[in-house]
Amino acid sequence: MMQQQDDDDEYGGGGGDDEDALHLGAKRCAACRYLRRRCTHDCVLAPFFPASRPHRYACVHRVFGASNVARLLESLPMAERGEAANTMAREAYWRVQDPVYGVTGIISRLQDEIRAVQLELARTHAQITIVASSGATQRAPPPQPPHPPPPPQLVRAGSHPAVAMRGQEQDELPRPPNPADEFLNLDGF
Amino acid sequence: MAGSGTPCASCKLLRRRCTPECVFAPYFPAEDARRFATVHRVFGASNVSRMLQEVAPAHRADAVSSLVYEASARVRDPVYGCVAAISSLQQQVSQLQMQLALAHAEILICVQQPQQHGHPPAAAALQEQQQQHVLQNAHHLQDSMWT
Repeated sequence: MMQQQDDDDEYGGGGGDDEDALHLGAKRCAACRYLRRRCTHDCVLAPFFPASRPHRYACVHRVFGASNVARLLESLPMAERGEAANTMAREAYWRVQDPVYGVTGIISRLQDEIRAVQLELARTHAQITIVASSGATQRAPPPQPPHPPPPPQLVRAGSHPAVAMRGQEQDELPRPPNPADEFLNLDGF
Repeated sequence: MAGSGTPCASCKLLRRRCTPECVFAPYFPAEDARRFATVHRVFGASNVSRMLQEVAPAHRADAVSSLVYEASARVRDPVYGCVAAISSLQQQVSQLQMQLALAHAEILICVQQPQQHGHPPAAAALQEQQQQHVLQNAHHLQDSMWT
């Protein structure tokens, strides 16, 4: 996790307060401090990378680079620059945390979670159908060989109802496909 | 450098000699210039080179794939990039979990109704308590979907 402290030495950024004093007392933004340059009044990065959050810009600089960040922000309308800076900071942070997969690792995990919940939902809907049909005749759900028919009371005391029924339909529903590189499908979102 | 001596896509774009030790050559062949152009546009060649060198060689192919993906998403959506996909997927997860909680509650209802005739009151009361618990969890999940 990134430490929230002004540790310029760790990232090789800017000088101390003396350099700020040389610039007529004007406080430099995190970017200009990192780049050891004068922060002008029209600095494109200053509104989005305040001096109070040096690590945020350090991540962005490490992943995207100063010129790329500035160029991208300058290409956007003023109203959208803040959000763009935030998303770039998040992507940069995730890339620093996971140098191999970055934010795509999170996307892949979310897609796996969606598949798991969809499978559980399909199983639960199948259970509803079975329970509803068996409830109409006031008898237990149909027996599933080789297992004996379950007792009429499907919910055990102290347990979640889904746990008691999860193992019954495990072998009846087909597992959804799990393409290995689905997260690379840019048209999926 | 490619086997035929053709510079890789990165060295071709950067207009430099492609050496056998070129870090880009295995992952940016000359046949697909657009991939490197995209990552170069978003991250810059020096940053990509450094990031690849910081990763073990066995993982560099995956790193390149993820960088290409992120760069392509950022080019298509300069404001949100990949974060838009994450927000959409998180929404889907929340909605599916809500549907699952409601389905669990529905099962409890189906189980409870045909068993009200011959079962002792304690068992029916326990089932009703669990049903209420599931419904409360479903509503709580709905309320916290955007937190």
